[in-house]
Amino acid sequence: MAPILTAQGVSKRFGGVRALHEMHLTAHAGEVLALIGENGAGKSTMVKILTGIFAPDAGEIAIDGRPLRFDTPLAAARAGITAVHQETVMFDQLSVAENIFMGHHPMARGWPRIDWPGMENRAAALFEQLEIDLSPAARVKDLSIAQRHFVEIARALSQQSKVVIMDEPSAALSRREIDELYRIVGRLKARGTAVIFISHKFDEIFAIADRYTVMRDGNFVGEGRVEDTTPQALISMMVGREVDQIYPKRAAAIGQAVLEVRDLSHPTEFDGISFQVRRGEILGFYGLIGAGRSEVMQALFGLSAVSRGEIRIDGSALTIRSPQDAIRSGIAYVPEDRQHEGAHLGMTIRENVTLPQLRRFGLFLLGKRRRELQIARSYCERLRLKAADFDQAVEELSGGNQQKVVLAKWLATKPKVIIVDEPTKGIDVGSKAAVHEFLGELVAQGLAVIMVSSELPEVLGLADRIVVMHRGRIRREFAAAEASSESVAAAAMGAAAC
Amino acid sequence: MLSMLRRREVQLGLIVVALACAVGFRAPVFLSARGLDSLFTDTAILVMMVLAQMLVILTRGVDLSVAANLALCGMLVARIGQFHPGVPLALLVPCAMFFGLVLGSINGLLIGFLRLPPIVVTLGAMSVFRGSIFVMSGGAWVSSHQMSPAFIDFPLQRLLGLPHLVWLAVGATLLAAYLTVYTRFGRELYAIGNHPVSARYVGIPIARRLFAVYAISGLVAGLCGYLWVARYAVAFTEIANGFELSVIAACVIGGVSIAGGVGTVAGAVLGALFLGVINNALPLLQISPFWESAITGAIILVAVVLNAREGPQPGRRILDAHAASESRAAAAGAEATVEP
Amino acid sequence: MSAPAGPAIADGRALRWGRVLGRWETLLVVVLAAVVAAGGAALPQFLDINNLADSTFNFSEKALIALAMALLIIVREIDISVAAILALASVAMGYANTLGVPAAGLACIGIGTGACCGALNGFLVTRFGIPSIVVTIGTMSLYRGIALVVLGDQAYSHYPESFGDWGQGYAFGFVPREFLVMLAFVALFALVLHATTIGRRVYAIGSNPLAARFSGVDVDAYRLGLFILAGTMAGLAGVLLTGRIGSTRPNIALGWELEAITMVILGGVSIAGGAGTIGGVFLAVLTLGMITYALGLANVPGILMTIVIGALLLVTIAVPASLRIGRPARR
Repeated sequence: MAPILTAQGVSKRFGGVRALHEMHLTAHAGEVLALIGENGAGKSTMVKILTGIFAPDAGEIAIDGRPLRFDTPLAAARAGITAVHQETVMFDQLSVAENIFMGHHPMARGWPRIDWPGMENRAAALFEQLEIDLSPAARVKDLSIAQRHFVEIARALSQQSKVVIMDEPSAALSRREIDELYRIVGRLKARGTAVIFISHKFDEIFAIADRYTVMRDGNFVGEGRVEDTTPQALISMMVGREVDQIYPKRAAAIGQAVLEVRDLSHPTEFDGISFQVRRGEILGFYGLIGAGRSEVMQALFGLSAVSRGEIRIDGSALTIRSPQDAIRSGIAYVPEDRQHEGAHLGMTIRENVTLPQLRRFGLFLLGKRRRELQIARSYCERLRLKAADFDQAVEELSGGNQQKVVLAKWLATKPKVIIVDEPTKGIDVGSKAAVHEFLGELVAQGLAVIMVSSELPEVLGLADRIVVMHRGRIRREFAAAEASSESVAAAAMGAAAC
Repeated sequence: MLSMLRRREVQLGLIVVALACAVGFRAPVFLSARGLDSLFTDTAILVMMVLAQMLVILTRGVDLSVAANLALCGMLVARIGQFHPGVPLALLVPCAMFFGLVLGSINGLLIGFLRLPPIVVTLGAMSVFRGSIFVMSGGAWVSSHQMSPAFIDFPLQRLLGLPHLVWLAVGATLLAAYLTVYTRFGRELYAIGNHPVSARYVGIPIARRLFAVYAISGLVAGLCGYLWVARYAVAFTEIANGFELSVIAACVIGGVSIAGGVGTVAGAVLGALFLGVINNALPLLQISPFWESAITGAIILVAVVLNAREGPQPGRRILDAHAASESRAAAAGAEATVEP
Repeated sequence: MSAPAGPAIADGRALRWGRVLGRWETLLVVVLAAVVAAGGAALPQFLDINNLADSTFNFSEKALIALAMALLIIVREIDISVAAILALASVAMGYANTLGVPAAGLACIGIGTGACCGALNGFLVTRFGIPSIVVTIGTMSLYRGIALVVLGDQAYSHYPESFGDWGQGYAFGFVPREFLVMLAFVALFALVLHATTIGRRVYAIGSNPLAARFSGVDVDAYRLGLFILAGTMAGLAGVLLTGRIGSTRPNIALGWELEAITMVILGGVSIAGGAGTIGGVFLAVLTLGMITYALGLANVPGILMTIVIGALLLVTIAVPASLRIGRPARR
């Protein structure tokens, strides 16, 4: 297969940070190239350069052998490169058809006007081609994440793309939707489109990719045919060292139940949720995206109102109507999107860490700086935070360190139960182990940890017990010993206990 | 989808009609041909300004300088007409529009290309424009006997039975409808307001579009500047003071969301008519003009509160419509498997 | 297996001149000094201590409103109705005056009216989630409208003698009492915003309202409180202003909301929220005050001053954006 897209010597700096250094990449028509690398390796930056969102500082990109300059997304699209992003690029108030054709609405003949019926027909035709069941007139805000991905793929098709880049498209999909996605990728290949696939999941890479390119710290590390390599080899190229023990073995003393939840229900999000967590235990909450796990946790934390149900900490029943109530009762919630929901980017590290417990300082903060620093220091150092000083604005830290500040903030409230939503999301493979080890340390000190996770290996490796949710209800509960990938995954898809 | 769209605008339309009928019940002259004629004539300028403001608000922006722009352009052409009475209308009106366009472009440059916040820029522009009227006129008024008859007559002259003002408003409405439904430019405005990041990703030239909407806003303000001073046959520094707030209020009442990305021409026009009915009704109902501001304010508040109630849903819909009892059974079953 | 511990994190950062000079507040000091220097050089009466003291009458009341407006803008809200609240408060006092309420009572009524108006604003914003710009456009019309209805085309006057004590009176012979009131509130607001947990939470809300809520900050309660504060300060400003001019007319404080917002933005408070200092706002108040004073001495009509102020606002936000210097800092 002829190479359709070649990138050579691509470099990019953001301020003082070197995001890409002489990166090269080749995508072939009708083949799937897996772009592999840890978070922070520069994959997203590379994709943004290829799709014209950023301009490279150096390097050459060629389509069909012709070198091109992409200074705008429009130019890249015209050259035949489109992307299906992780954060779906959608206009949710507009219809599906319009989302596909935004920027290049088909125009009717005669006096210049948008051809609305024609646009809907063409959208319907695209969906037929991809065998997707969607109405062109549907409003995007009513669609699921999988459906939004399909709309983005349809958009790529509508622009006669030569290269389609998919950035972790299956992150939020069910098994059945993933199979549909693979089928669509197959159709793209059959059309001669080159597909660049960014993924962390090795089963996926080995299932559909033909070639691979590995990046590390913005540099090119290796490439080859997928059939000639193994997951181990890929991991060591990604990380640059041997990473074996990601899930540390712990012997934790599991004590009494510290949190008991009975029949917690919400009008639309979840129903009849009952479980308990004990001291020294990691309880995993597994399920597909949209199963309602985060919603349960947010209700536990007082962010939303429940219609019925009981919450007990150490035996005493609680009414939790606000996050303050929850914090005071000893519950901490580390949200999934730590940058947007957890961190105050414009404020300093010290200010971020002490925020939930300002009450302990009384009214005046004069002269309390030393105490604040003490608290910030003790928790940040435990998490091995890398920063210049505590007066640094959190936005200046790297993504991983920002997450550590958020974790430190919550640990500083000395909770009894800490709920972590997707603890290693956005954290690279190399540091995942550190986070897992840290969670192990927490439970060793007697905390109870509820870990909401969509990564099956993580849940199986770390949790003492696993609760599986499906469509707002608890499907099954497993003890670590009796859980297997198949049974847990099946429960997540709705299979009842057998 | 279309039926869903119509629902909101239909509701507003019905309210406007009901309101007009209520007023007409107390003061029948309101619903007479002359009364309606007066209503539409008086509301025409507001309608045009509202349509232009709608385009701006669609992009998540706001243009607080429109009234000052209107006044400045109005004073400009009034003075030109005063000191050069030979200048034909065919030159004066485009002159007003051009000047308004230039003023609006200043906003467009600062907001579109320098990415400055619209509320602050247009606030500053408003002050500068308003003050400039004084500089231009030295505080002097231009009154009706300093304006040529041709100048004053045009807005109210009739064409096929309706005043030019109304025709202009109708034309503006049709143009705006065409723009927002049938042109890529218009649809891209919705995209920018709905999700600016995504708009950039799909290649919409945001800076140019923003520049354009503020320029258009200025252009319309310029045109309305001429229409205002001609229609009321006077020009002085404080004309249309505070009018920008009526314009924005009409947009909001008409369902144009201040958050951007949502709004229709029908809604905007109905919002303007709504305010127009109230403004026209007050003198007819012999409510003292002192009540106008208070009533307008109260109505705006009621309208936005009612709008807000339709807004955010209580929670995401995750549960199916299964009976809750099924879940309790499953939970009971699940509990049995929990280790002691 | 575990990642190595990094270099030790320092407590804070040393005060470096580069950092200080790059701040917005420093820029304001320079501009203020330039204005005073230019004014003193061009106008003989500029530096006269009595004239300077009297010049503070022009901005003391506005500054009170600007202080509260600053906090609102920091939490990403805005209140365009403050001038209308002031007007309504003044009308309420005028009406109470006709009923024979004594001066102290009048002041309470004025401040209380302001607080109630602010409470309505805050209620509509927090309870219904309506953007504050929309709510306050409506309440602006409503409050000014009610004031107009009560006032008609009359004016209230004949306020009691003592009522004007704070608005017109002097302390230490030549320093207007109003100015001292303003200074006291500047100090109070600075203390609260920069040295209390309340202020820390205000910044947190402005920086990231969602994360603030997640961290246990009662965001809605703070918003409501800040709207009530804005109304109260408008009411207080109304007490002082009415006492100073001795009458209540329909157009009292017309346009003051824009002046207040200008003072706040000029003071380096970002319209995006989460940033800005009371010191900056204070400097902006003084700068605008000195410019107005100078132009007044030069007999420039008031309407022209609006050009200067508008242009100043535009220049101060446009120049840094195009040069990317002088970003507003928080402390």
